[in-house]
Parts: sequence; C-alpha cells; structure tokens
Amino acid sequence: MRRRDILLGSAAALATGTRAFAQTPVTIGMVTTLSGPGGYLGQDIRDGFKLVMDMEGGKLGGVPVQLVVEDDALKPGQGKQIADRLLKNDKVKLFTGIVFSNVAGAVVPDVVDAGAIYVSPNAGPSNLAGKECHKNYFVASWQNDNIHEAAGQAATNLGYKRAFILAPNYQAGKDSLAGFRRFFKGDIAGEIFTRLDQTDFAAEMAQIRAANPDVVFQFHPGGLGIAFLRQYQQAGLLGKIPMVVSEASIDNVILAALGDAALGIYVGSHWNTDFDNAANKAFVPAWQKAYGRPITTYSQQGYDTALLIASALKATGGKVNDTAAMRAALAKADFQSTRGAFKFGLNQHPIQDWYMLKVEKGDDGKPVLRTVQKILTNHTDAYAAQCKL
Amino acid sequence: MTLVFEQLLNGVQLGVMLFLLAAGLTLVFGIMGVINLAHGSLYMIGAYAGALVAAKTGSFLIAFPTALLAAAAAGMLMETMVIRRLYARDHLDQVLATFALILIFNELITITFGRQPLFVSVPPLLNGSIELVPGFRYPAYRLAIIVVGLLVGVGLYGLIQHTRVGMLVRAGATHRDMVRALGIDVRLLCTLVFGLGALLAGLAGVMAGPILAVQVGMGEQILIMTFVVVVIGGVGSIRGAFLGALIVGIVDTLLRAFMPSLLRQVMVGSEADALGAGLASMGVYLLMAIVLLVRPRGLFIHGQ
Amino acid sequence: MPSAFKLFALAIGAVVLIALPFIADGIGMPAATTLATSMLIYGIAAASLNLALGYGGLVSFGHAAFLGLGGYVVGILYHHFVSGDPVFGWFAGTNQLIVSVPAAMLVCGLLAAAIGALSLRTSGVQFIMITLAFAQMLFFLFVSLKAYGGDDGLIIRRRNALPGLDTRDDTTFYFVCLAIAAVCWLLLQRFARSRFGVVLSGVRQSERRMAALGFTPYIYKLVAFIVSGMGTGLAGALLANHLRFVSPDTLHWTKSGELMVMVVLGGVGTLSGPWLGAAALVALEAILAAWSENWQIFLGLVLLVVVLLTRGGLDRLLRLLGRRSS
Repeated sequence: MRRRDILLGSAAALATGTRAFAQTPVTIGMVTTLSGPGGYLGQDIRDGFKLVMDMEGGKLGGVPVQLVVEDDALKPGQGKQIADRLLKNDKVKLFTGIVFSNVAGAVVPDVVDAGAIYVSPNAGPSNLAGKECHKNYFVASWQNDNIHEAAGQAATNLGYKRAFILAPNYQAGKDSLAGFRRFFKGDIAGEIFTRLDQTDFAAEMAQIRAANPDVVFQFHPGGLGIAFLRQYQQAGLLGKIPMVVSEASIDNVILAALGDAALGIYVGSHWNTDFDNAANKAFVPAWQKAYGRPITTYSQQGYDTALLIASALKATGGKVNDTAAMRAALAKADFQSTRGAFKFGLNQHPIQDWYMLKVEKGDDGKPVLRTVQKILTNHTDAYAAQCKL
Repeated sequence: MTLVFEQLLNGVQLGVMLFLLAAGLTLVFGIMGVINLAHGSLYMIGAYAGALVAAKTGSFLIAFPTALLAAAAAGMLMETMVIRRLYARDHLDQVLATFALILIFNELITITFGRQPLFVSVPPLLNGSIELVPGFRYPAYRLAIIVVGLLVGVGLYGLIQHTRVGMLVRAGATHRDMVRALGIDVRLLCTLVFGLGALLAGLAGVMAGPILAVQVGMGEQILIMTFVVVVIGGVGSIRGAFLGALIVGIVDTLLRAFMPSLLRQVMVGSEADALGAGLASMGVYLLMAIVLLVRPRGLFIHGQ
Repeated sequence: MPSAFKLFALAIGAVVLIALPFIADGIGMPAATTLATSMLIYGIAAASLNLALGYGGLVSFGHAAFLGLGGYVVGILYHHFVSGDPVFGWFAGTNQLIVSVPAAMLVCGLLAAAIGALSLRTSGVQFIMITLAFAQMLFFLFVSLKAYGGDDGLIIRRRNALPGLDTRDDTTFYFVCLAIAAVCWLLLQRFARSRFGVVLSGVRQSERRMAALGFTPYIYKLVAFIVSGMGTGLAGALLANHLRFVSPDTLHWTKSGELMVMVVLGGVGTLSGPWLGAAALVALEAILAAWSENWQIFLGLVLLVVVLLTRGGLDRLLRLLGRRSS
C-alpha cells in the first residue's frame, strides 16, 4: 500500500502527448489521521475527497490533481513535519485533511505563514477562529462550537427544561458544553467532565439516573461515543431519558451497532443523507457504489471540501501559485454543497443552516437518521466578530 | 445510598477487568522479570477475535472460547519469537522491544480489520438489568463480568497455591535459578505462564467488547492503569494484583463519581467540575506514588 | 586506531552539520533543515535522559514531564507576553529566548528536584513506575488547564526572539539549535569524564561499594536526575519554539517511551548513542510515513530487529564498522 496516491488526470492526453496544454497536475497536500482509534475519521475524509476526484476522472474543476495523503498519527509534531516537507521540498500550495484540533493548531500557522492555503475539512478550533484568523485559512465544515450550539437549540425547540450534560475533560469537551449552554434555554441539572482516556461510563450512568433530567446531552467523539451510547442503553436509560447529541456523536456506523435501541435520539446536524438537493443526491449513491460502507459526516466533509477546492481551481484555471486569486475564488464558495446553502463569514468559517435530526425506523426496518426541521438559519459563530481580515 | 452502592459495584466491575489484565502482567513481571508493554495488544487481540467470531456466527458462546484461544496463541507466539530473547536483557531493551511490538500489532489489526471500530452485542441472555434489592437494578452483563472475574480470581488462587504447576510458578518468581537447577524446564514454564497471562488478557478483551468499542489502540488506553495495579499490589503477586485491582477500580470510580460534587460545595459549578475531573484522573497515580513511597514493594507483599 | 577514527568521524560530522542547510537548499530539499532541527532537539532530550538512564542507571519513564513542561514554560510566557497580563498576577511574560529558555530549565530543574527527591527512595521497577506516575499527573493537569488551551494546546504564533538574529528564519533557528546542541555535547562529554561522572557510574554498578567508599549515592543520583531534567526541559523549550506550538501531547507517556526508545536505539550510556538514536528515530518516522500508510509496522519491525540483533544499539554498530575500517 503506497502512501502517495498519485491520481493523475487526463491520462490519455499525457500518454499521447499530443495536447500541448496538458497541464502539470496541481498537488494538494492532505495531512490527516489514519492510525490509532481516530483513524477511520481521516479515512472517510480522504475517501470522500477522492470520490470527487474519481467522478471527474482525476481532476478537480477541470484541473488535473495529484493528492498526497500522509498520516499525522494524531501527533502535532508529526503533522508539522509532513506539512513542512510538502511546503518546502514539494512546493505544495494547497493543504487540507486535518481531523483533530490539536494537530491543526500546530500545522495551520505554518502553512498559512508560508503563503500556502489551508482548507479545513473538519477541525475548526476556537483558537484559530477569532483573533488568530488568517486570510489563507478556510474552514469548510464548521466552527467547533457550532455543532453543540445546534444541539442546544434542538433541546430548546423540543421544550426540555432540565438537561444533564457530559463531555470529556479537554478543550473540545469544554467547548461543547459551553456551546450547548449558549443555546439551551432551560436549566442544567448536572454537568460531568469525563476523563479523556475513560472508556467505562458506569459511574456517570448512575449519576444521570439519580439526577433524572428531562434530557441528556453528551459529546464523546469517535470510539468513546460508541461506548457511551452502548452503556447508556445497557444501563436501561436509552428510551427512558431522551438524548440530544451533536453530530460528531452519532453517525451511520454507530447507528448500525445500536440497532432499534437508538430510536428517538435527537441530533443537531448540518447535513444528513436525506437532504433533498442535487449535490447530495449525487453524493450518497456514489459513496455507496464506490466504498459500500456506511456514509458518515466525515465522508461528507471530505466530499464537500473537494467540491469547494474544485470550484476555486476552476475559477483560477488551476493557478494555485497565485494565492490572492485562489483566496478570492475560495471565499466566493461558488459550489453546490451537499448541505444546501453555504457561504463564508468574516473569519472564513461557514455561515450555514442547522437541522434537527431524529433516529427513526427506516423502510427496511433498520434505524436511520431523518431530518425533522431546520433549527438555525444562516448561523455563524461566536468568534467571527473578533476576526479582522 | 443506592447511588453509593451502585458506584461501588461499578468500581468492583472495573477492578475485575483490571485484575484480568494485571494477573498476566504481574506473573510475567515477577517470574520472567519482563516489562511487557505489549500486554495491552493481547487484550486487543482477544477483543478483535471475539468481535469477528461473534459477527460471523452470531453466537457469543462460540466467540468467547475462540477469543481466549486466539489471545493465548498470540501470547505464546510472542513469547517464543521475541520475549524469550529478552529475559537476560535489562528493562530498557524490554521496553524498546515491546514498544515495537505494540506498533506492529496495532498496524496488523488495522490492515486486517480496517479502521472502523467493531461492535459486539450483549448476549441476549444478559441483555437487560437485574433487580438486586427492591428498587435497585444493575445491568446483568456487568454483573456477569463481576462473577466471571471473581471466579477467575478464585481459580487462579487455587492454581497458584494448591497445584504443582502453581508451586513452580511461585518458586520461579522468587528463586528462578534454583528451579532450573532442580531440573524443571523453565523455558516451557515461562511459555505456559505467558500463555496463561495472554489468555486472561484475551478474556478481559472479549468481555469488554459489548461494553466498549473494539478499536485499534484500545490496549494502550488501559495498559498504564494495569501497571498501576501491578505495582500497587506488588510485582509477582496474584493476590496483590486482585486486591490492587479492586482498590484501583473502586478509588477511580468513586473519585470520578463524587469528587466534582464534593468540590462543588466550595466552588462554583463549572470550575468545580473541570478541576474535579482533573483531580479524579490524577487520583490513581497519586495513590500509586504514595504507595510506592510508603511500601515500595507494594501493599500486599510481606517482608523483604 | 579507534581514536583517530573517532576524531575523523567527529570532524566529518561537524562539517556535515554546518553545511547541511546549504546542501539541503542546493538539492531542492530545504525541509531537510527543519527535520535536522528536530533531530538536534530530540538529541538534546535523549542525551539528557541518557545522563539519568545510562550513567546513573535511573530508568525514568517520565521524562516527557520535563519535555512538556519546558515547552509549556515557553508557551505560557509567550501567551502572557501577547495578552499583556502578568503570569500568576506576578511577573510579565516574555518573547525573548534568552529569558524563556533559562526559565524553562529552572522550572524543570525544580520539578526534577521534587520528583527525584521522592522517586529516588525507590529503585528498579518501582522507580520506573513512580516517575511514570508523576508524569501522568502533570499530563492530566495540563489537559484540564483551560486557561492554557487544555488539550488543544497553546499556539506560539512567533518564535522567541534572540537579539541580532532572525529566529523566524528556519536556517537561523537550525544554527541556534546546533550551537546549543554542541554546547550540550561538550558539557556531557566533560561530565562523563569528571569525578562526578565516574562516581555516578560507580553508583550505578554498585551502590553499596560506593557507599562504603564514603560517597552518598542518593545525592549523586539526585543531582544527575536534576541535570537530566533540566536538559530535557531545555529540549522542550526549543521544541516548543521549533513547532511554535505546545500541547499535552508532549507530556503523554508515549513520549516518555519515545525518548527511551531513542536512547536504547542509539546505545545506552554512550556519548554519541542518544544523538544517533534520536536522529535515526526522527528520520525513520519521516521517511516511513512518507512511504507507506502503514508505516508504523515497518518502524516496529526495524526497532525490533535492532534491539534483538545489536546489543548496544547504533553506537556499537558504528564502532564495529569503525574498527573494521581502521
């Protein structure tokens, strides 16, 4: 398995060598997490991104593209080293891929200071969204707080009065509870910070049962979230005390594992498989055909990021070295997102709509995520005002 | 009151899981003097083997023994291929070699099973909860884990204290050369002990499957905690590992459950929660440091 | 004649290290300079750890505590320099390397004194575990410190400044690190041959004998541990400047393991071993990760082969080669 997935476009043209304008491909550096427990997130981002390239025959926006994927192993230092090599040795001007905020914190400043552009498919940490925003830094997913704000709004819309909230004791966890509180209008019946390396939540289940709240909000990314939901179910709480989660906490992989027990969970989300727009209707079946495994938010993020980059490459004719032109083209966000309406705000983070989803029985009897209603329109983030671009 | 009782049970359940891992580690540590960082990988192998067979056959009853065998086989293979060459080396070489083994096992699992976490359902029989006393229910599966763990504890105790093999193991832990001089095949004994430790780690792994997500790196998450247990209980002592595991499990669970609310008496809510969680995380390490300072050889080792 | 070979090797090494940035630029691989900077910094950390591990026989599984804390001193001082409010309401932050690096070493020295004073009451496996325990406590402390970024870490937007030098330039920063590394090398070399170093080695081999000779082993071990912690703190401070970022990632127990791996890979208790080990591990990670998605399996295999087949690591391997060639 070679790391460098060299996806050369217009193979025929290159082979015959007759077409004088056969461009040298634009290189895009994808630094992402492929090993360890978080590895499947990076894998879905990469495969979503590659899907767009495959559908265009190795191009993005009509420009041949070479995608260099490397594994940061969730180590900020490793990510930095990779980015540095791609920046200096290979003169890469366009980067994407990072899953985790701490890796982004180490890599993004280097990339943008070197005059290259970074488009984030997932991480949107607050320390890069406010005062430290940068003209070369775009976030195609969300500011991290957004997903929890949407969950808070969903709980408010559902009329819950007392919420019990839990998240791991680290920055993203604290941000998640802050985000939820910002948009939840009821009272907080209890708050627990779980441990980052904790996989057994029995103690927390007992606390929840004792507090007997109207609703539980929890944020546990990746495998932690799976463990939490299963233990919630085993403790007999699922179905008894309703749960609202942010979209990082539940996806189709987790749903398949939980089965019927997941019915009734509410999710605040920026995208769902059942969204009725042309881009999404092209994306969902294409993913199934290409990979045959459950589609996740991360798949969508990789896919949308590729669409965004494709729009900019098309507008500039693939001239990635003209950073100003690329920047202007990216800022227009002239693409049909699978989530519907999308534009960039002051800090080049998304302004987008947020929805409430619910886990219901699908046509085949298996649980699926159904979109219930739009809960936030043209939602921006709390840090945009601090950004002076 | 029931909350405290429930949390105690949770602590015991965590302790039992830790014991299954610590038992193997402490024997290998005590008898062969090897620091095996890759012990967590055996736990992971048990979990993956269990998840795979459970998914293919749909039966937890088949998955269970397969996982034990897979972990034991992997353990014995590991011992004959690598660990055996480390007995005469110092701890540093052992750390490096077993660190390398972690990398290899994690990547092999990634290549074989992919990166998405796997799932195991709770066996139907144990799905649900049992009313222990009127008005107090506890998940049946967790109760089952406690029972299995206690049975293994009793069985191991019997094996070590009252059988010939156990006698050799005990003798090997303290007077290795003497055992060898008596004509015992120490190499075989080591392989068997290592296999037994691996089997127990695999047991912990397959039982963890329905509770946690089965994923790459799951071994390292619990490994350090296991070392804490081994050291607190005293290296080489099964009884120490058992009691140490229960102490660590209960202390950790109770700190997590009650530290924030205790702090909330004296501080404002959110700050108290964050600090409480931080202190609770440090708790077991603080415990270990104190134990090592007061009784460097562990709580349950007597004499010199 | 091993000594002539050694001098020759040293001279070659010095020339290569000085010429490296220019060669890197010349062959169109300027990133080699930053990679080499990483190697030097980890070399300082590994050489410092080797002081405790190799010379003192103190197997510390918690040196990430010093690496991370050194970095956090730089990060926190910079954070307060930018925001303007004093550290702990007491003194002002700074962006001067000449202040932040000694501060990092001082703080790490104090921490090492505290950890060492307690931990040295144990030995063997217990020492390994108690150093791990202290490092884990520090890890969880920084993870839950929201004021300094918690798990997301602290971004140091600009490298610390040195009067008269542009540290933002990667080549300049490389030479800064090279100079510091060279000083460390010389100091460690002198240390190994000093009376203190000889006594320390004696303590490692037989504590009882040294005690009988009238030395107090505890003091020697404690001083070695403190110096070792300070050196690792220095590396941490440089690493934070190099990455322009510090996070609890540098405090995690796997980082302690990595530092140990570097020392063992290079050769425990040798002068050049830790530097070789650090360079080899950093290079292996970079090269293998670029080559294969499943790079960790190859890294694991390489490490396993080295530890099983060579007793004494890369240093010994080079010595054997040197002897053969001379």
